[in-house]
Amino acid sequence: MTTPFSSMALVLVGSVIGSFGAAFLKSGSAMLKDGFWRILNLRLAAGVALFLLSSVFFILGIRRGELSVLYPMVSLGYVWTLLWSRLFFGESFTPQKFVGLGLILLGVFFVGLGSK
Amino acid sequence: MRSRSCEFCDMCLGLTLLSCLGLDTATVTAADKTKAPRRAVGLVFCCTIFGATAQLLLKTGANQLTHANPLGIITNFALLAGLSLYGISTVLLVLALRDGELSLLYPVIALTYAWVTLLSVVVFHERINPIKLGGIAVIIAGVAVLGRGQKK
Repeated sequence: MTTPFSSMALVLVGSVIGSFGAAFLKSGSAMLKDGFWRILNLRLAAGVALFLLSSVFFILGIRRGELSVLYPMVSLGYVWTLLWSRLFFGESFTPQKFVGLGLILLGVFFVGLGSK
Repeated sequence: MRSRSCEFCDMCLGLTLLSCLGLDTATVTAADKTKAPRRAVGLVFCCTIFGATAQLLLKTGANQLTHANPLGIITNFALLAGLSLYGISTVLLVLALRDGELSLLYPVIALTYAWVTLLSVVVFHERINPIKLGGIAVIIAGVAVLGRGQKK
């Protein structure tokens, strides 16, 4: 079985949308410092909406194709998020982050490989 | 299947109460600042357990649906419980992100893959093979490395 290009494109777009969702959640979470009920704010709402949108892309994307290819592509969202973390929130790149993320991507690849 | 989903609910209620207690005792004080990042990893850990349970409940609910009755979606207990747990897991993630780095915390969510795979064996009697088990082990190792990265 091969993975159609359309599936990969859908999952890739979904992973980018999801990574922006994570960035919005991070940005909205800062407002909680003024009290828990500030949790109802526009940035968090945007983050949740982007997550929902990304899951639509994922569900459509993984209907066809190999999970060993598509699961790690879902997890590419973590890589984009790493970039946004540095770009928007000034978080540092550290060896631990790269090693940890690399292991997670590898693990997700194997889980997908075993899910045939 | 029904009794199973109720066991889940009990477990989840317990976890919710525990995490709420944890939040109350750990509101941000000066002395707490150093512990905050560790607690953030713990919160994301809880978030993955809730997320995985939510996915299993959604699967249970989807199995119960019939094409004849589309209205069944809004009266399906497992589906509603699954969605609520997703909500709780999102709140936990946001609380974690308040205190920790996005780049460290976000990949920890991959633990959800591990819980879903393991719980699917227990609940739906799905097969597990060495490749999947190995994958789960590697994911957990990756999360452990990220958890260590929290020490400053």
